[in-house]
Amino acid sequence: MTSTTTAPFMPPPSWLSRFLRGLRGERTGMLGFVLVTLIVLAAIFAPWLSPYDPTAIMTGPPLAPPSSAHWLGTDNLGRDLFSRVLAGGRVAMLVAAAALSAALTLGVALGLLAGLGPRWLDNLLLLIFDAIRSFPVIVFGLAVVTLVGPSLFTVVLVVAITSVPIYARIIRTQAQSLRSAEFVLAERAMGASLPRLLGIHVLPNVLGPLLILASMDVPLVIATEAGLSFLGMGVRPPTPSWGVILNDGYNFIRNSPWPVVAGSVPIVLVTLGFTFLGEALRDIFDPRLQKAN
Amino acid sequence: MSASISHASSSATPGTPLMQIDALSVDFDTASGPIHALRHISLSVMPGRILGLVGESGCGKSSLAYSLIGLLDTNARICGGAIRFGEQDLAGLSESHWQALRGRRIAMIFQDPMTSLNPVRTIGQQLIDIQYRDRTSRVQKRSRALEFLEQVRIPDPASRLDSYPHELSGGMRQRVCIAMALLTRPELLIADEPTTALDATLEVQVIHLLRELQQKHGCSVVFVSHHLGTVAELCDDVAVMYAGEVVETGSVETVFRTPAHPYTQALLACDPASIREATRVLPTIPGELPDLRQVPQGCIFQARCPQVFDRCRQRSPDIYPVQGEQVARCFRVASEEPSP
Amino acid sequence: MITYAFQRLLLSALIVAVAMSLLIVMLHVVPGDPATMILGPRATPELIAQTRAEMGLDQPLPIQVLDFFGRVLRGDLGTDVFTGRAVGDIVFGQLPYTLVLIAVSIAWSAALGILLGCYSALRAGTWLDTLAGIVSVGTLSIPAFVMSLYAVLIFAVGLGWLPAIGAGEGVVDGLVHLILPAFAIGISWVGYVARMVRASMLEVMSAPHVRMGRAFGLTQARIVRSYILRIAVQPAVTLLGTGVVHLFSAAVFVEVIFARPGIGALIVSSVNERNYPIVLGAVLVTTVIIVLATLVSDLVVALLDPRQRDAL
Repeated sequence: MTSTTTAPFMPPPSWLSRFLRGLRGERTGMLGFVLVTLIVLAAIFAPWLSPYDPTAIMTGPPLAPPSSAHWLGTDNLGRDLFSRVLAGGRVAMLVAAAALSAALTLGVALGLLAGLGPRWLDNLLLLIFDAIRSFPVIVFGLAVVTLVGPSLFTVVLVVAITSVPIYARIIRTQAQSLRSAEFVLAERAMGASLPRLLGIHVLPNVLGPLLILASMDVPLVIATEAGLSFLGMGVRPPTPSWGVILNDGYNFIRNSPWPVVAGSVPIVLVTLGFTFLGEALRDIFDPRLQKAN
Repeated sequence: MSASISHASSSATPGTPLMQIDALSVDFDTASGPIHALRHISLSVMPGRILGLVGESGCGKSSLAYSLIGLLDTNARICGGAIRFGEQDLAGLSESHWQALRGRRIAMIFQDPMTSLNPVRTIGQQLIDIQYRDRTSRVQKRSRALEFLEQVRIPDPASRLDSYPHELSGGMRQRVCIAMALLTRPELLIADEPTTALDATLEVQVIHLLRELQQKHGCSVVFVSHHLGTVAELCDDVAVMYAGEVVETGSVETVFRTPAHPYTQALLACDPASIREATRVLPTIPGELPDLRQVPQGCIFQARCPQVFDRCRQRSPDIYPVQGEQVARCFRVASEEPSP
Repeated sequence: MITYAFQRLLLSALIVAVAMSLLIVMLHVVPGDPATMILGPRATPELIAQTRAEMGLDQPLPIQVLDFFGRVLRGDLGTDVFTGRAVGDIVFGQLPYTLVLIAVSIAWSAALGILLGCYSALRAGTWLDTLAGIVSVGTLSIPAFVMSLYAVLIFAVGLGWLPAIGAGEGVVDGLVHLILPAFAIGISWVGYVARMVRASMLEVMSAPHVRMGRAFGLTQARIVRSYILRIAVQPAVTLLGTGVVHLFSAAVFVEVIFARPGIGALIVSSVNERNYPIVLGAVLVTTVIIVLATLVSDLVVALLDPRQRDAL
């Protein structure tokens, strides 16, 4: 009895397989993906990867150049730069994740309010968004620090607030176009409630592009954190951050270039990695975003 | 007094063509191989006459029109034949030589007036831009622009000179484009479906305008269209194209009254205006256009021809005379009995 | 055009008003008391209450906001807590340095960026284009303050060619002192502008009106200038307009790293001292300038493209 052969069942391509297939065509995207993966892994496993305690002073001669004992050299207090860079990476990733999640959540909420609420609320929120966008992030951050004092929380707060307008605007546009779409009016006439419609129609469509935009904002967030910490307005010692490393490096720039190099190279790598990855994601999943950005 | 000479009456003596296209062939290079878009096109454009290029979408009439002004896409290659214009062969002409011809001896009107004009310059500025080769003063150029706006019957032309294109309607913009083309006093005007984007009443006005201005300026016109009625009304001569070949040429009267090629006959039969008795079913030509990446052996129309016989599938027909100036690329015309 | 400019001006004033109100409101929403911050942990409650009264912090919130705007409109931006000098004098004394720095940075980066982008578009696909693309991506990946540090490291400490401290004396010396700072701020913008101009030029180059220009035998130079670039450069102008915000952020770092005078340095030092009136005054002036910059860039775009003038 012969068995009938059928074509093997092919599950529809999931996001991941679509992504991996698309990535093969983009060399820079692959590079970005690799970089980002390495950075995230390094951040997660920082304590186990660090050869020394990042806050331990005098583990070696101060301001020493790279050697087999200290891969990136030491800073002015003899702390191992490589360990400090890894720990700084943790802080950076933490800030990015916290700030962007907060910004996305708040942005979605406010965007929905603006897009679906009464006209006066929409106008008011738009005005507030424009006002926030008129503040340079650093200046805003400095103003907040004047009031609240420097801390990691301050940084997260500042970055989150300044990122909200961008995401809110996108959600608002989507919500607005949905509000007057004919099929929505039809469904509401049949009794479907607005929140339910939002959940089914708006959020799935818009979550993807938002995440892509958020990933392209990571470099900016990290640069802001590093910048604020550099000015002494961010994380408090002894917590290392790339900005703090750079500040120490700046103070001793005439003695040794290595702290500056150690603090800056990760920032550049993160920027390159997330920019390439973000652009590849955008090209694979939503080429329309090219105009919006 | 305009300082530019009237080119239209200068070059060709009546009887000799203004432009002679000899066995022109054009390929488009694509990722899946070359598309043989135009094959052995032979046409004459006579001085002072309007030649219609007619055919269904995809027959290559626009490609032919663009090749006469050297504006084919970058992936297009002229792979055979010649385009004789005066002493020059335009096929393979360098870009700098083309630039000397365009806007002086050859001009073009495009299909979509909404996007043809530069949105950031006023009408007047654009009309003056194209006169950059003239040694006249700016005031003289401006008054020339005004003169031609009046010829195309733009209302209140003096204030229109300072308007931007987006302040004009589609019909007015097309008139401006016609004014621009004629202002350069070309010997040859190429019009690529200039009325397709306009509604019926505007189309009639533009056609009458073109007729009137062509008679006034005496230039030759190559008028591309897929609308038989328009071609019948405006043109003196017509060339019917199918899938990259010219299948029949002749004067409009002879070709439309006594079509010789089966494709022309079918086209005319499909024109709703020609239906004599009430019917529920509109006539169509069955079948599809052939794939031009692999041109079939034999006559290009064989797959859809109601009068096809064996010889059509084996050899490509040459161009045979029908009567007077009318010629057709069909074996049925070649001899009296169809021989297998 | 005039109505458009006027409407935009009104909108800008409104934005500034909202921005400053937000800042004052934040004072109350966010935990922490400026008076305590200024006076330190050993201040007595009476001293705190007195300082709060001096700073007007004991008034109800709407009164504080209105009070602030009232004083601003009369030209009074408050007084420095420590020296008693008018905040306005201090801020406007430092402002020109920052404005010059930002103006020079924008000027050189816009010019080079437009040239690079235009050239890349006209030579698209060639190795020059690829090289320019790599350079663009490379430069925009480095934040301004990192670039400043490297500029100091390489050109001042390493090679000793250019000065890295202060703003210099006189015009020529001032310009020499501007080289590294303006370079550090502008370099990442070259990349942004070039990429933007390249992309929009490629788009415009295949537009029908460009083909029509060629059909009339217009010269390549004229087509690029009036038919392509005038349209393609608009997104870059808008980019720079909204980018002034980031330029100010960059200026803060640059002024600190190069020890230059300016609003950025002023804000940083005032924050360190908890000199709240100066911070508020400086932020107000900064916001006004940024909003004005966006306004100017919108007006420039309207100048370049008549279709935008009706678009409000």
